[in-house]
Amino acid sequence: MAGVNKTVAGVNKFVQGNEACVEGALYAGLTFFAGYPITPSSEIAELLSVRLPKNRCCFIQMEDEIASICAIIGASLAGNKVMTATSGPGFSLMQEGLGYGIMAEVPCVIVNVMRGGPSTGLPTGPSQGDVNQARWGTHGDHAIVALTASNHQDIFHITVEAFNIAETYRTPVVLLFDEVLGHMRERIVVPKPGELPLVDRLKTEVKQGVDYHPYLPREDGRLPMSDFGGVHRYNVTGLFHDMWGFPTNSPQVVHGLLRHLTDKIENNINAITHYKEHCLDDAEVVMISYGSSARSALHVVANRRSRGERIGLLELQTLWPFPAELVREKCAQAKRVVVVEMNMGQILGAVKQAVAKPDRVTLANRIDGQFITPTDIRNILRLIQGRGV
Amino acid sequence: MAAKDYIRERFFPHLWCPGCGHGTVLNALLRAVESLGIGKNEIVMVSGIGCSSRISGYLDFHTLHTLHGRALAFATGVKLSRPELNLIVPMGDGDALAIGGNHFIHAARRNIDITALVLNNRIYGMTGGQYSPLSGAGVLATTAPYRNIDRSFDVIKIAEAAGATFVARSTTYHARELAKIIKQAIEHKGFSLVEVMSQCPTYFGRKNQQGGALEMLQLFKEQTASIGSKAMQEHPEIIGRGVFVNKKAPEYCQEYEAIVARATSA
Repeated sequence: MAGVNKTVAGVNKFVQGNEACVEGALYAGLTFFAGYPITPSSEIAELLSVRLPKNRCCFIQMEDEIASICAIIGASLAGNKVMTATSGPGFSLMQEGLGYGIMAEVPCVIVNVMRGGPSTGLPTGPSQGDVNQARWGTHGDHAIVALTASNHQDIFHITVEAFNIAETYRTPVVLLFDEVLGHMRERIVVPKPGELPLVDRLKTEVKQGVDYHPYLPREDGRLPMSDFGGVHRYNVTGLFHDMWGFPTNSPQVVHGLLRHLTDKIENNINAITHYKEHCLDDAEVVMISYGSSARSALHVVANRRSRGERIGLLELQTLWPFPAELVREKCAQAKRVVVVEMNMGQILGAVKQAVAKPDRVTLANRIDGQFITPTDIRNILRLIQGRGV
Repeated sequence: MAAKDYIRERFFPHLWCPGCGHGTVLNALLRAVESLGIGKNEIVMVSGIGCSSRISGYLDFHTLHTLHGRALAFATGVKLSRPELNLIVPMGDGDALAIGGNHFIHAARRNIDITALVLNNRIYGMTGGQYSPLSGAGVLATTAPYRNIDRSFDVIKIAEAAGATFVARSTTYHARELAKIIKQAIEHKGFSLVEVMSQCPTYFGRKNQQGGALEMLQLFKEQTASIGSKAMQEHPEIIGRGVFVNKKAPEYCQEYEAIVARATSA
């Protein structure tokens, strides 16, 4: 199926976060989705089962999450922009395929609408407990891109950006949303076509009969692709491979490939980093948050600023690669840094490593399957400041 | 085009042990492809992990060497994207029926037009001779030093029960018959499964005192017969060879076209 996606631009919609993600994916040019039902992400599959066939594009429900990520990788190599969506248990099953996508440099987007874990955990309760799994869930040294957002318009935009990053760097990109974002309803406006920049698949210009190197980066680091079924026949493997895609044990080639896979992400951290800041200029207390937690943190900032407190928020949209320099810079003048997240401190660790004075960093969290509220954060702030609840 | 025009000659000699049956399967496969006259750009070969999966590296098609057991899941994504391409998926017995068992039955159930080859040597060769779900009870393996107690699958019955619309078996002894069967399987519109009994003298043969490759091939000759033959009627313990299932049923990619038609007309 070689369909073209059509989105309805300019439409003002009142949607769940999962639907905002669907709209963003369609805007970005999604043409193939494979998935397996799991709460709280299932609406993404349901909505795409309606929309994709209308655009002559592919939707398939696979036998499990392992098969889902494998199917989208196969479909990407056949020329599609691809996505799958899941939650914690399914994301665990996808780690094998995620590593394959990294090694074989296959553009794809993996949505994880996080719920409480470990194991089956809290299927309908919010959590941000998969942040470190997104970073290190698949085995071996590797770089990863993981993005998030805190409201539905931003979910739309960051989903488009996930596809753009996947295509630019030929890499899997993880979108980490959570149950609150996925199920809450909010207004979005779908931008007009052309309003947001889109990165299309970079195809090789090498002619038929001329040696094509699928794994030889151009000077700008990008690797032009050739679709399966095209004029260039090459090999794709999860083994360490040479510039033609054939397996090798050569220490030089192995070293070079692992460096390439890591550097192509880490060296472009400025281009990949997305964030928002609120009232940071004179902030003595800097809160760092992301996803739905950042909504409560932002509420606290607005509330306390009106009372004259010097408090601000750094909202991260790129979690991995971790924007350590940005965090260090934004926290340089802070007397206190408070990381707000719904887990036991997964971004807290990265923040402590990034800042000059890690002893000034505190965690404001909630891990009981309930959304962290502004009141929760305010109470923790009062404790930190020695004022009691 | 000669069969040698389909191979990537620079990767030979291959990595298989002396006497391994997998080279014979590769040969039969190439003869089938050659006789069908399919262009090299029209074939995508998807393989998993193990000795059998290395076939893909030696062939000058679009080749996707994937994860252990997952070849059919990757192949499903390629096929649904480009239904006009020919998908050929060589797998090992452990690859297809143990770690990949779920993907195997569901690919068969969908009747998606993929040609699956199970190169059944009844052992995990690449990792050193451990028992597989097709080893069968009583077999010796590096993880069955006191003889295996696991009963074996019948690939033919599983494939048929799961919904495959072309199901066949042959052996590396019957190389010409094998080429014909693979040709039929590729031509078949729907999910086709060919079980190929292939010898592993290095592990299965040595562990089970079956001798070398020649003796193992001789066993394939003695222990099998064409289905419906007199030998099969007289000796029901003999393993049948030939085409067990060959029927028409709605193919997945064509059915997906029907979904698109319903969605776009609504």
